[in-house]
Amino acid sequence: MATLQLKGVTKHFGETQVLKGIDLDVNDREFVVFVGPSGCGKSTLLRIIAGLESASAGDLVIDGERINDVGPAHRGLAMVFQSYALYPHMTVEENMGFSLKLAGTDKQARRAKVHETARILQLEPLLTRKPKALSGGQRQRVAIGRAIVRNPSIFLFDEPLSNLDAALRVQMRIELARLHEKLDATMIYVTHDQIEAMTMADKIVVLQGGVVEQVGSPMTLYHHPVNRFVAGFIGSPKMNFLPVEVSDVSASGVEVILPGGERIEVPVAGSGLTHGAALELGIRPEHLMLDERGPLAGRVQVIERLGGQTSLYLQQDDRLMTLMADGDVAHRVDETVRFGFAPRRAHLFDAEGRALESLERHPLTHIQRCDNRAS
Amino acid sequence: MRTRASGRTVGGLRSLSLQAPAVTLLLIWMAVPLGMTVWFSLQRYNLMMPGMEQFAGLENYHYLLTDPALWRAMANTLILVASVLAISVVGGTLLAVLYQQEFFGRGIARVLAISPFFIMPTVSALIWQNMMMHPVNGVLAWLLGLFGLPAIDWFSSYPLLSIIIIVAWQWLPFALLILLTAIQSLDDDQVEAARMDGAGPLAIFWHITLPHLKRAIGVVVMIQMIFLLTVFAEIFVTTSGGPGLATTNLAYLIYLRALLEFDVGGASAGGVIAIVLANIVAIFLVRMVAKNLAS
Amino acid sequence: MQSALIKRLGLTLLAWTLTLVICFPIVWMVLTGFKTETQAIASPTLFFTPTLESYAAVQGRADYVKFALNSVYISLGATFLALAIAIPSAYAMAFLPTKRTKGTLLWMLSTKMLPPVGVLVPIYLIFRDLGLLDTRTGLIVIYTLMNLPIIIWMLYTFFKDVPKDILEAGRMDGASTLHEVCYLLIPLTLPGIASTGLLSVILSWNEAFWSLNLTSSQAAPLTAYIASFSSPEGLFWAKLSAASTMAVAPILIFGWLTQKQMVRGLTFGAVK
Repeated sequence: MATLQLKGVTKHFGETQVLKGIDLDVNDREFVVFVGPSGCGKSTLLRIIAGLESASAGDLVIDGERINDVGPAHRGLAMVFQSYALYPHMTVEENMGFSLKLAGTDKQARRAKVHETARILQLEPLLTRKPKALSGGQRQRVAIGRAIVRNPSIFLFDEPLSNLDAALRVQMRIELARLHEKLDATMIYVTHDQIEAMTMADKIVVLQGGVVEQVGSPMTLYHHPVNRFVAGFIGSPKMNFLPVEVSDVSASGVEVILPGGERIEVPVAGSGLTHGAALELGIRPEHLMLDERGPLAGRVQVIERLGGQTSLYLQQDDRLMTLMADGDVAHRVDETVRFGFAPRRAHLFDAEGRALESLERHPLTHIQRCDNRAS
Repeated sequence: MRTRASGRTVGGLRSLSLQAPAVTLLLIWMAVPLGMTVWFSLQRYNLMMPGMEQFAGLENYHYLLTDPALWRAMANTLILVASVLAISVVGGTLLAVLYQQEFFGRGIARVLAISPFFIMPTVSALIWQNMMMHPVNGVLAWLLGLFGLPAIDWFSSYPLLSIIIIVAWQWLPFALLILLTAIQSLDDDQVEAARMDGAGPLAIFWHITLPHLKRAIGVVVMIQMIFLLTVFAEIFVTTSGGPGLATTNLAYLIYLRALLEFDVGGASAGGVIAIVLANIVAIFLVRMVAKNLAS
Repeated sequence: MQSALIKRLGLTLLAWTLTLVICFPIVWMVLTGFKTETQAIASPTLFFTPTLESYAAVQGRADYVKFALNSVYISLGATFLALAIAIPSAYAMAFLPTKRTKGTLLWMLSTKMLPPVGVLVPIYLIFRDLGLLDTRTGLIVIYTLMNLPIIIWMLYTFFKDVPKDILEAGRMDGASTLHEVCYLLIPLTLPGIASTGLLSVILSWNEAFWSLNLTSSQAAPLTAYIASFSSPEGLFWAKLSAASTMAVAPILIFGWLTQKQMVRGLTFGAVK
């Protein structure tokens, strides 16, 4: 049961400023994911929330109380580290009970709490083992268990799945989502993997260069990225970008000229744009369609057949564009194909990389991962 | 503005207070005696003549620098350092290469070969003096006797050489220990790649092993120098600096001045010279370690 | 296959010959300790009836026990004192580094470069005035300071290997600095701390400059006791050998145990 507010949080390491004024609200029982490329400041931000680093300026507020000067152990938080950071010389039971031991909890109560947590995570048979006798997934669960034992109001996760293999990662993702529902706690999760962000978050915070680029639900970020960076970062494979030129602006959208000379009208607000202005058009690979009468043409460079889907890498002028097609397309390398897209799927970005606002909201943008808590 | 909330300031303070005891003690340990040595070296100060202390300026240095004993002691010091260094570095490198090869009982042999380094200096000096080099009953005399050669009275005929042998015996294993550790960090792939390129064992030693050991050899040279400049117990126990001044090094000369002649001023001046000598070496060593610390 | 075996046998022969030459004086010392005084000065031989006569004689002399106890007391005292001072310092350098940390480490190394002869006179006079001459406390203080830089460096390299995450997890769990050090850092680096301690014991045990100059009878350790055999009237080789063997045996074993880690400390981390 906790809310968290960050107000103008900055952080300097010597001369370099790694966080440049972060403002953020985290609601009670929300699953918030910080995502961004490495070096964007997301881990530093998490460590500042944890109390392992202190902010150079700005306020941290939990449940209405400023906690800048409260020690990490007294903020009511628990953290799961990327390396798990299990105490190698202690058994699983001692690892999970360490915080209670330091807090002076008596042995009986400690044991009861640890065993109860172990039951939830199915760790009971492992309680007497040392961390080095555990598999990666088991260590991960112990680390989570150690956090649960403290009964925190906010859980912090620092890239917790990055040391697991792909199959285990998917499984742990599901387990974490389930745990979030069961524990009814606020969770803040840091990752560089946009798939983890998309699948688990109620709210995604995209960071770059120490600045929050956008905050929103996964579907908001996917359908309505506010700038070119978010558009390129969210979604896999990456969005394609094409240079276009404005030919007409009307109430129903902006008409642009594609590299091939064709004109299309994208339903975005174009106030202030002048005829002939240079823009960039973004279109996701999964929204490109093979179409014999399509406005664009490209030579097939590489084909990746995934079975259900096929990725085509197409040479279009001096660009390599990606197109996700059906698994059954019969095209071959070196063929030239034509393709197009639905104009409402396209995004337009101005010279500064800002997105032009879409005239229609995607109907799913307000959907949260857990419907019962939708705010 | 908000220094209290800045992690560097608070962490820095905690860091400082935890280091304070060690730093303070070392600071005192270094500064006080050093300052006193320099001060005494400028005084006319003999323990046998209490109350006669007076400022002497550079008189002690002048006396010392014109005293042939100092130059003899300096020469002995340098000969000792240079010979032991040469023996231990060359021998240590060759032995390190040998002990890196696979042979039967390698682990035990390695352990045995570095053992002399752990023997206390007074013990090794006495063992060599009495049981190895003794002109009548020593093992070396007996060995020469086997070949019909006359026994050698090591400490009167070759006093400095005898000291060099004893000290080298102690420090060769040190060089071996360090160089063997360094050689073990040599990438096998590199050696195998060289072999694929047609390099023979000699070429591998010269072009791969030796360059790899370069830094370790540098470290060995400098650390040994620091210790070898002040060899004391081996001389104290065996020759007491003699015959004459034949085995008196700088350390022993200072000891003679200070604790046998009670000439505090003269001994301190000698101490200052020893410190200057050691620091010339130290600067290079500190630079080398600093480089390592940065990487 | 055949030639590989021959090569290996050849290497074995060469290496073991050299090994035996290098440690022959030690072997000879151990053997002589088991001889009688007459056998000891007789023509060298490997064949004799071993006797514990000399050991009994050495241990029978009360002063040997006194010197040995001084050695134990001084080297252990200096080691524990130095560790107690060094652990907080190395902790701070490894986990709370500041801009000055590197400089401090290098400065500590440079204190090691001060040759003892250079400061013999002032230390002797200070000790005389403080009544520390020929006391165990005096040598403990000197050895603590002498070994402190090496100990801090060695601990620093061991602490550096502990993942920062583990201590941070401890801090999240509510550990104070003292808890961190006692419950996490020390148990995690115990082998490293042990070998650091052993190196300190070895260096203190074998130290001969200060012990010869600052002690005479009451606080004299084994180095000084052995040195007393050098006087002409003390030529009892078998007894000298027996006493020496007892004096070096524990240190040899410690040295063998810690040789790997010792390289780190002795070279200030420049060779790993």
